[in-house]
Formats: sequence, C-alpha cells, structure tokens
Amino acid sequence: MSDLKVSAESKALKKQEKKIKKKIKPGRLAQREAITGVIFIIPWLIGACVFLAYPLITSFYYSLNNIRITPIGKNFNFVGYGNYTEILLADADFPTQLIDYLTSTIISVPVIVVFALIIAIMLNEKIKFRGFFRMIFFIPVIIVSGPILGMLTSQGAGSITAIDTQSITGAIQSFLPMALAEPISELFENMVMILWYSGVQILIFLSGLQKIDRSMYEAAQIDGGSGWECFWKITLPTIKPLILLNCVYTIVFISNNDQNEIIELIKASMFSGIQEKGYGYASAMAWMYSLVVLLLVGLFGALFLAKKDVYEKQVKKAKRQMKKEAREVRKIERRSARNEKKIERNRAKGKYKTYDGSGDY
Amino acid sequence: MTAQATTKALAPQGPWYKNITKEKVNRFLMGSKEKEGFIKMFVIYALLICIGFIYIYPILYMVSKSFMSLDDLLDSSISWIPSTLNISNYLQAASSMDFWKSFLQSVIIAGLPTLCNVVSCSLIGYGLARFDFPGKKIVLAIIIFTFVLPSQITMIPTYVMYSNLKILGTLWAFVIPSLLGMGINAPIFILIFYQFFKQVPKVLIEAAQIDGAGYFKSFLQISLPSATPALITVTLFSFVWYWNESYLTEMYVHGVLTSSGWTTLVIQLDNFASNFSSYATTATNAATNLNESISMAGTMLSILPLLIMYFILQRYFVESIDRTGITGE
Repeated sequence: MSDLKVSAESKALKKQEKKIKKKIKPGRLAQREAITGVIFIIPWLIGACVFLAYPLITSFYYSLNNIRITPIGKNFNFVGYGNYTEILLADADFPTQLIDYLTSTIISVPVIVVFALIIAIMLNEKIKFRGFFRMIFFIPVIIVSGPILGMLTSQGAGSITAIDTQSITGAIQSFLPMALAEPISELFENMVMILWYSGVQILIFLSGLQKIDRSMYEAAQIDGGSGWECFWKITLPTIKPLILLNCVYTIVFISNNDQNEIIELIKASMFSGIQEKGYGYASAMAWMYSLVVLLLVGLFGALFLAKKDVYEKQVKKAKRQMKKEAREVRKIERRSARNEKKIERNRAKGKYKTYDGSGDY
Repeated sequence: MTAQATTKALAPQGPWYKNITKEKVNRFLMGSKEKEGFIKMFVIYALLICIGFIYIYPILYMVSKSFMSLDDLLDSSISWIPSTLNISNYLQAASSMDFWKSFLQSVIIAGLPTLCNVVSCSLIGYGLARFDFPGKKIVLAIIIFTFVLPSQITMIPTYVMYSNLKILGTLWAFVIPSLLGMGINAPIFILIFYQFFKQVPKVLIEAAQIDGAGYFKSFLQISLPSATPALITVTLFSFVWYWNESYLTEMYVHGVLTSSGWTTLVIQLDNFASNFSSYATTATNAATNLNESISMAGTMLSILPLLIMYFILQRYFVESIDRTGITGE
C-alpha cells in the first residue's frame, strides 16, 4: 500500500522536475554568449579545417598513391596499401629505425621523468641558492634544438668524460641480451643529452609540488609518518596526473626533435628523386610513424589511468551501490504500478463487491 | 656558595668535545622538527651541485673550446683553460655564418609568428574559458590531440598547399598558421590561456558588461590585463621554440632544395660545415680549416642571443610556470 503512495509521490516529483527543466532552457542571453564564444574561436575552427582536417585526409590519400611530379603537375598513381607494404618489407632503414625509436623512447621516457621528479623534489626543499639552481636546470629549455644538440654530440660534449661510460656499457653488454643492451648503453653515452631533455618536466613537477598543502605533511608527521611514507602516500598520488603529463610531453618532445632520425628519413624520402619514393611514400611513412607515436602515448596513458587510488575506488563502489538501489526502487515502482492497474481492472470487472470507497478493500 | 656549586655543575667539565653528547650529534646529523638534518642537506647539496655541473658541462665545454687556438687544441696538456684568449674563432665563425643578417632574420622569423600566436591563442583561450557553447569539450579534445599528433603527418600536404599558394619560402608560411591558432606548440599556449582566463572571476566581467562594455571590450580591458603572467610566458616560450625550430623552418621558410634567402642562426649552424668551407675558399685572408674550436664558436654564437635573453629575463621564465598553470590541471 505504501508502494502506491511512493509511486504517486515520485510521479509528482518527476512532473516538477520537468517543469524546472523547462524553465532553465537556454535563454537568449545564453544563446548570445554561445554565439560570441564561437566567434572567439573562429580562427581556431578555420585553422583546424585548413591545417588539420584537410592535411590529414590529403596525406592519407597521398599515402595510397604513387606521386610523380611532372612539369604539368602531380601525377597520381593509385597503389592502395602498396606504399605501406613496400616500407615494411623493402625499405632498408625505416623499420629498423622505427624499432630503434620505440625501444629508446620506452627506455628513456621513464628515466627522464624519474630524474625530473628527483630534481624537482630536491629543489622543493628549503635550500639556499634556490633561484640559482633553478636557473641552471632551466637553461636546456632555452638552447635545446636539433642542430645544437647534433653539434654538441658530434664534438663529444654529450657524454661526461669523468664517468667511464665504456666500462659501464661493457658491463651491461656482458649480462644483457644485445637488443636490450644497445639502447641502455646508448642511454649512458648520451647521459647529458637525456638530462637536458628534462628541463620543462622539472618545472612542471616543481609547480605541482608547490601546490601541495603543507598541512597534509604536518598531519602525517603527527600521525607518525616518516618522510619516506609521506612521499609515497602524499606526494606521489597528488602529482600523479603530472607524471602522465610529463610522460606525454617527453614522448612528444622526443618524437618531434630534430635529433630523431625518422623525421629526417621522412624528409629525405619526400625530396628524393627516386621514382618509387616521393610524397606518397613519405606520407605513408609519416602515417606509420604517427600511429606508433599515438600508440606509445596511449600505452603510457593506459598505464597511468588504469590504476585508480583507493578513494576513487570507494566512490565508484558507492555509485554502483546507488545505481543498484535506484534500479531496485524503479522495479518496485513498476511492480506497484502494475498491481494498481490490475486492481483497477478487477474493480472495473466488479470483483470487489465489498469496496466502500474509503480506500480499503 | 650554592650558586657557585650550581654553575660548576652546569659548566662543561674538561675539554670542549666532552660537551658533545650523543643526542646532540644525532640531532645535528638527522635533524629535528625545527631544522633539517645535516646528512640530508649534505646529500641534497652534493647531488644538486653534481647534477648542476653535468647540466652546464656542455656549455662550459663549448665556451672553453671556442676560445682555443689550434695549438691549444693539439696540446694535450691543455684541457680546459686556453693559453690565450683567442677571438679569431668567433670572427671566422661569425663571418661564415653571416652573423648579423641571420641574426636579424632569426629575430623576425621568431618574433612575428610569436606575436600572432599571442593574439590568436589568447582569443581562442578566452573563447573557450569564458563562454559555453555546444561542442566545447570536443574542441578541447581536438586541441589536446593536435599536441600529441606529430607534425610530420600533416607536413606534406601543407607543403604542397603552400607551394600552390605561392607562399612557400616566405614568412607567410609561418604567420598564417600561427594567426589561425595552429602555430608551433600552439595547443600548449591555448591551454595556458584557457587555464588563466578561467581563474578571472566572472563577476568582474559581468560588472563591466553592466557598465556597458561589450564582449570584446571586457576581454581587452579586464581579462587581458589580469593575464599578464600568461602573456609573458607565452611570448617567451613561443619565441624560444620558434627560434630553435629548424626542421619546419627549413621546410617552409628557408627552403629545402633551393634557398629562399630567409635563414636563421640555427639553420646556419645546421649547414655549418658546408658554409664554412665555401667561406674558407672565398676568404681573402688566411682562413684556417674547420676545426673543433670554430664549430664550437659557431654553436656558441647561435645560442648566445637566447642565453643573453634568458639571463636578463630568467625571473619570468622560472616563475612563469608556477603562475600560469602550464601543468594543465
């Protein structure tokens, strides 16, 4: 019986809700604001069409063609996925370079990010000459560019002579398989350059660290937490989104850096005079390369987004519980509505002869 | 008598080191609530100094090598400090790079797109932060996607498009995309502005509008002045990134197969060896062959303007990130 009342009440509530919703329908001011907002971003919309959507589609079309440039114009010759198979099976450099890029990126991204985190934590302590140290660690951001890095590495300034890299690489190669040892020893040889890639990342971490409320640490200390525990339970969870951001930033930076041999390869094949190569071939290369980069970003993203912390888990659990309860309530409502109809029908048939109109039967 | 006794009892007995108790040492090394421990501070300073040295090692190396004469280079007893301050390396490198011309052109090539970037990105960021319209989330998602997408994938059709429009090898190839919010690293700048304009209280803008300011006026006179840190950050970073960009500059402005006359210091450095050899053959005075010192001097020259700018403006660089929320929360 109480079910009946509940259903009636809920119906009334729903009606009210509908009324309110009707009232807060976007008015003329909101509409005008929306139009103004679109006007503000019109440059971007045009840019996205001209410099993003059109090139993306065209480059995909190019990648399916063999393009020859003649004095009259471009000569398209549709080859389907021929460019892709040719790159994968017949190209001398591209597949090996791509694999090299993949392994070196997967190894160096964690190194760079962890290193940046350590430096940022140290810079966040109460130390003297903080401004000076920050200035030093930020210099690479200013001067990192392809030709300069190339010049420095070719002159041997990329590795530290004080550290005997030869012995380290020898030791690594003796107990690791060749495929793994090579990128790792490369890492040690170009240590300075790897460190130089972490300028912006340090600053991102630093600003994140400074936003953490000090009182959280104080509370943890009163409860007997050590610095080590504080790091794992407070610092790391708070800056977790920044770690993902830095991973993505590092991948993007490494991928677009002039030191990257693949993008040089793409440029070289774009302007090479060989008939089979050219714009179409280079487009196919660029597409494969971009897919690999996006996959890499997705991989790191999945790694960090998959594991949620305890609080989020509890929230999710509570939400699930609430949904279940709501479903239950709806079920009961439906059932009571059915029952009501049934009673109504029966009453129409005249089954309840003792019904006296007071609500009881 | 009693006072004397108490002072005697409190006064240290014997030599000074007897006074150092175990707790005091412990407190000194491990730290207390008020002060950090010596060990921790020592480790932090040592690490910072070591890593800081590694950081500026290439620059020190560059400076020291660039001043060395040929004799110093060959002399194995000289590793860091050159015997004489040799400036001829710099002179030779500068004339082979055509320093002043490339410097001016670098400033223009980095400066103009930066200006356009600031204008367009601030407008777009404001539009996204201040107004609600359907599809806003999609626009934001696409902006982030463009940041992750390698530029090589759109490079070839864009190159073809520029050559069809006859703007290849002119500055327009950089200016037009940056005016339309598609310049180098523009997604980051848009997000910085977006973050910043969201922090401007809506009440302020509404008050201005009640007083009769239009949408654009309230943007120009209220939101923009309060976003000065973001403006500085975007200007500095955009300038630096355009200055250091060599791949796209070479493709669009300098030209790959034929040079258009536009050039930057970084591109000159990229082609340093060939430039220098052509310089050495045409130079009337006795030009030496290319050696380490000269190429280091060339590298130094190409980063010197940025370094000087950095040392003057370093406060803004370092503080900017804290204040603008580049972190994108």
